[in-house]
Amino acid sequence: MTRDVAIVATAQRPLEQHTRLTSVELIAPAIAAALRQAGLERDEIGFWCHGSCDYMSGQPFSFVSAVDAIGAWPPVVESHVEGDGALALYEAWIKIQSGECDTALVFANGKTTAGPIDRILTLQLDPYMVAPLWPGATAIAAVQARACLDAGVVTEAAMAAVVARSIADGIANPNVGWGTPATESELLARPYVTAPLRAHDCGLPADGTVAVVLAAGDAARSLCARPAWIRGIDHRIASQRFGAASLTESSSATSAAHHAGVGADRVDIAEIYAPFSHQHLLLTAALGLDTERTVINPSGGALCANPQMAAGLIRFAEAADRILAGVADRAVAHSTSGPCLQQNLVAVLEGA
Amino acid sequence: MSGATTEYQRTEDGCFTAPLLLTYPYSRTVGETLARFFTSLRDGRIEGTRGSDGRVYVPPAEFDPITGDPCTEWVPVGEQGTVTSWAWQSEPQPGHPLDHCFAWALIRLDGADVEMFHAVDAGTPDAIVTGSRVAVRWSAERQGGITDIACFDLIPADMDDASAAGTPDEPPAAEAPRSPANADEVLRLRQPVAVTYEWSAGPAASGHLEGLLEGRLLGRRCTSCDQVYFPPRNGVCPRCAAPLGEEVEVGPQGTITTFCIVNVPFLGQRVKIPYVAAQIVLDGADISMQHLIQECEAHEVRIGMRVEPVWKPRDEWGPSLENIQYFRPNGQADTATIRATS
Ligand SMILES: [Zn+2]
Repeated sequence: MTRDVAIVATAQRPLEQHTRLTSVELIAPAIAAALRQAGLERDEIGFWCHGSCDYMSGQPFSFVSAVDAIGAWPPVVESHVEGDGALALYEAWIKIQSGECDTALVFANGKTTAGPIDRILTLQLDPYMVAPLWPGATAIAAVQARACLDAGVVTEAAMAAVVARSIADGIANPNVGWGTPATESELLARPYVTAPLRAHDCGLPADGTVAVVLAAGDAARSLCARPAWIRGIDHRIASQRFGAASLTESSSATSAAHHAGVGADRVDIAEIYAPFSHQHLLLTAALGLDTERTVINPSGGALCANPQMAAGLIRFAEAADRILAGVADRAVAHSTSGPCLQQNLVAVLEGA
Repeated sequence: MSGATTEYQRTEDGCFTAPLLLTYPYSRTVGETLARFFTSLRDGRIEGTRGSDGRVYVPPAEFDPITGDPCTEWVPVGEQGTVTSWAWQSEPQPGHPLDHCFAWALIRLDGADVEMFHAVDAGTPDAIVTGSRVAVRWSAERQGGITDIACFDLIPADMDDASAAGTPDEPPAAEAPRSPANADEVLRLRQPVAVTYEWSAGPAASGHLEGLLEGRLLGRRCTSCDQVYFPPRNGVCPRCAAPLGEEVEVGPQGTITTFCIVNVPFLGQRVKIPYVAAQIVLDGADISMQHLIQECEAHEVRIGMRVEPVWKPRDEWGPSLENIQYFRPNGQADTATIRATS
C-alpha cells in the first residue's frame, strides 16, 4: 500500500550562466523560498534530501558543507545523493512511503561552470575502457546522435526544431530569460562542434538551485489548495556498456514510463530532461508522449540552460508548478543521468 | 586526492577566485577478466568474452550486461573492424588519444558482436563514414590498458582482410588460457585524473580575505541570531540558515577554548612536533577557529589562556589566515569562564 504524496511547493533561484557564489550561498535562498511558499518552518521538515556532485564543484565533501544551507540545529534527518536532485526526490518519496516522515524538503545545486564540465563528465564513464581516452560527454552523445541519424530515428531538421523551441521558451522562462531566437534553417547553417552535434544541440551549462517540498496525505492538503500528487514514480537503469543495448532508443526510459503509468491517461504537459537535442526526440518516443496532445518542455528544458545535478529536479518543479497553478491536470516529470540516457526517472503528477 | 591553488584574483563582482587543480592518482585493480584482456593487449592480441546470448564482447564483459551471468568463454578476435557510429572531434583536448582532429567511433572488431569505443585517425571528417573499415594501430609502448591501442586507422580497400577474403577476418585460434598466477599479468591500471576549477570564495568570505591582505580580522554577524562568525564560512549561518550580514572586526587577541598536543608525525607536517593546535575564539567573535600555539611549552597551554597573533612579514601576506604564523600567550590573565562554542 502506498501513501499519497504530493509536491506542495517549489522554488528556483534564477539560473545564471556563471556564478561566483558558493554552493551554500546558492542553495540557502532557494530553501528559504520553498519553505515560505509551503508555509513551513525548518523544524517542520521531517527529512532533507540533497542532490549534487562533488566532482562538478571541485570540492570534495562539498555536500557536507551544504548542510550549512539547511540550518541543521537542532540536528536534522538528512541524506545526500551524488547525482541529480530528482533522484534525491525519489529517495524522499521512499522515505515518506516508509512512514518515517510526512514532509520532506529536496534540494539540488548545480555549479556546472565551476570546472570543465564536459571533461569532468568523463569521470562517470567506464573507468577501465572508456575514461582513459577522456572523450567527454559531448563526444559520447555525438556518437549516439550519429547512430540515431543513421537509423532514421531523428533528423538534423527535427533536432533544430527542438532547439528553436527551447530557445524561445527559455527566453520566456523568468528563471532563464536569455537566448537569441533562431529559425531551424539558421540553426542548421551553424557549424558542428562535435559532428553531428552543433553547439546549440548541447545543453548550455548554467548554474542554479532548486528546492521542492513534499508532503503526504492530509499534510499536503493542509499546506496547499491543489497539491501535485505523485501518482506514479519509477527509476530504471541500463548497462553503461556502449553497444550492449541499442543507442537509438532508451529502454530504461520506456520501462520507467511504463511502471510510472504514463500511458494510463492523457498527459497535458511533460517536462523532460534531455541534455542533447537528439535525446529530446528519443525520450519523447521512449516515454510514449503524443506531441499533438502534450506540451513538452514549456520551460524550455535543459537545452537553453543545463544546471547539471539540478536540471532534473527543475523538471519536476516545472511540471509541479503547472499542476499547482491549475493550468495542467496531469503532467509527466522526467530526469536522466549517465551517458546516452543510461538512467531514467519518470513521475506522473496529477492535480486530483 | 590533492588540491592546490596558486594565484588568486579579484573579479569585477568583488569575489576572490583562484585556479584550483585537483588531482586524483587513481590506481585501480583490474580483476581476473580485465587482467587477461589487458595482458593480451600488452602482448599485442585482442580477445573478448562470450555473453549468455552468444554475442562476443570486446572489450570483454565480466558479467553479461543483460543476464548478469559470469562470462568465462574467451574468444580471440581480429585487429580490424567496422565503424558502426562515429563523431568528429574537431579540436582535441588534453588526454585525447590524438593531438590533431580525429573521429570517436564505436568499432565492431571482426569476430566480435558488441562494439568498443575508441578513436580513428581519419584525417578529415569526409574520410570516414558509418561502415568504414578500420585497423588497430598499436601503441609503441604498451603497459596493459585500453590505451595500448593508440587509435584505429582507416583501411584502404585493397588492404582489407574482409574484402580480400570475402568474409570477415578469420580470428586466430584460441590459446590456452594463462594461469591467473602469471607473475607477468597486468593487475593494476593507473588512471591519474587532473581537473582545474575556478575556486571562488563567494562574496561573504571575500571581504574576510580582503581584510587579511590589510592585516585586519573581519568576521560577519548572523542576521538572525547575532553570532559573529570568524571566518564567515560560506556566508550562511549554519544554525539559522540565515545570511551572514554586517562585517565585524574581531581580535586580534583571543582565548583558547580547547587544544590538543600533536605528537604524531604525518605527511605534509610543517611544524616540529610536539606542537599545539588550539581552538581560539577571537575577542568579539562567537565561533572559534583553529590555529597553532607557539613560543611556549606545549604543557603550559591551557583552556582559558589568552593569546595574540604573530604575523608573518608583511611582504609575505596573501588573502589567507596563513598570514598569521601562529598565536602566542599575550600575558593577560586567563579568561575564567569559556563558553563552549558551537
Ligand atoms: Zn544564526
